[in-house]
Amino acid sequence: MAKRQYSFYPGCSSQKGASSSNYLISVQTMCEELDIQLNEIPDWNCCSASIGYAGGGELPRLTLSARNIALSEQHNPGQDIVATCAACWLSTREAQERLHEDQSLLAEANSALAEAGLKLKGDTPIKHMAEVLIEDIGYEAIGAKVKKPLEGIKIAGYVGCQTNRPFGISGESFENPKYLDKLVETLGGDSIPGYEKKVQCCGGALAFSEPEKSQEMVKGIIEAAYDHGADMIVTPCPVCQMNVEVYQDQINATYGTKFKMPVVYYSTLMAVAYGRSAKDAALNAQIIPAKQLEALAAK
Amino acid sequence: MSTNQAMVEKYRNNFLKEVEANVEEGEWVKMCMQCGVCSGSCPLGKFWDHPPQEIFMMIRAGKRDEVLTSSSMWMCTSCYNCIVRCPRELPITHIMHGLAHYAKRLGLVPQNQPTAKFAQLFWDNLMKKGRVNELKLGMALYFMNGFGEGVKVAMKNQKLGMNMMKTGRMNPMEILGGHAVKDLGGFHKVMKKAQELEDARIAKHGA
Ligand code: SF4
Ligand code: SF4
Ligand code: SF4
Ligand code: SF4
Repeated sequence: MAKRQYSFYPGCSSQKGASSSNYLISVQTMCEELDIQLNEIPDWNCCSASIGYAGGGELPRLTLSARNIALSEQHNPGQDIVATCAACWLSTREAQERLHEDQSLLAEANSALAEAGLKLKGDTPIKHMAEVLIEDIGYEAIGAKVKKPLEGIKIAGYVGCQTNRPFGISGESFENPKYLDKLVETLGGDSIPGYEKKVQCCGGALAFSEPEKSQEMVKGIIEAAYDHGADMIVTPCPVCQMNVEVYQDQINATYGTKFKMPVVYYSTLMAVAYGRSAKDAALNAQIIPAKQLEALAAK
Repeated sequence: MSTNQAMVEKYRNNFLKEVEANVEEGEWVKMCMQCGVCSGSCPLGKFWDHPPQEIFMMIRAGKRDEVLTSSSMWMCTSCYNCIVRCPRELPITHIMHGLAHYAKRLGLVPQNQPTAKFAQLFWDNLMKKGRVNELKLGMALYFMNGFGEGVKVAMKNQKLGMNMMKTGRMNPMEILGGHAVKDLGGFHKVMKKAQELEDARIAKHGA
């Protein structure tokens, strides 16, 4: 089968040596297996996520994303843009829609871009990797590649906010999206359809600025997963992954809990289920090791 | 005269008009029918002095100072719960961001509002190199409340830092340079122009 090609926007947190560099490794492995080719947008810049608003006004913020889309149109013409970070996806897609609706803003963004010889048409579909998997590839093709089913592993699907709202994955509801559960089942694992915290916000960027308040919410997310007997949590977003995994020590210290819940990406699960090594799944980057996945990868 | 005073003069008794003209997506505020669904949706709701519905009511009631000096909109986590639930389809998230930005432009943000500081650091960090340098951002964050406080916060996060480093998810070499866009000159020119156009737009509405 011919390779599917996408114009790839990795985002800052996926850069080498950054907090979700591990996500990128497992995504690459997953894409190899599914015959997806990711063509990185050359010289992309940061999108300012959902937290750029203090320093950046409307036009400067929109221009950041406009530059990325324009570079994609120029270097990867005809390819849909795909992002792996929910915040990147959201701000890029939101910027394109806003510029589409407001022609005078679009004209201004273009006159800024002209300073670097760039121009935005703004008609490229902008997708999250989860959309590519579910809408473009489909569960059946995803399941066909499974070599080592995730048998007996109970996994809570934590969708979070921004992969889910305001755009979401086609055919899914905002209040109870089921695609992560379906994906877990497709890979041979046990999903937890009744996991009530699946769309609870983790605090997002406020994890940095309001750590106590955010950690209280993260505590609820992990606690509910334990209540359902989960072995691990899976997420589609690097900010969710980071927020739910890395503060567990601090939460334990504050609340006297004994959390030690691994938090992995869908791509981690897929890399292991597809029979790839622990290294290709980036299991070594888990701060809380996912022992069952390590064992399965070593088999 | 400060920008804030100029705006007070210009819009005198009509804060709603001021918001409509100056706040991103502010023209939507009048569409709110006060159903309260948004207020029940904020994950950090219990920490908001005035939840979104109340903010919209206060804007119409002309409570300018109370709104603009509030820390409420800085509690928005951008979770988009409200947007997908609002029966009138107000872009509530963006109005909250817009109000926060406008308050910042007028110098009305409460002192030491942590998210305001963090968000500004984030933006400054990004404007320098076109990409966010997490380590520098982290360091700036530890020290944003002064040196003594910074050391305390850093100590608390030391184990976390070590964990990130061991797993290759934080690279100490980044402090020496780190990630950047290659066409930095072009990037800066584009952003400078965008800022000029933004300023011109504001000047049209301003005093
Ligand atoms: S969402 Fe975050 S990580 Fe992604 S590009 Fe934007 S700022 Fe960088
Ligand atoms: S759950 Fe947290 S990190 Fe994930 S999208 Fe929501 S706010 Fe962002
Ligand atoms: S949900 Fe919409 S209509 Fe209801 S109070 Fe909030 S903004 Fe107003
Ligand atoms: S996006 Fe902001 S305003 Fe809306 S529900 Fe979430 S926290 Fe509240």
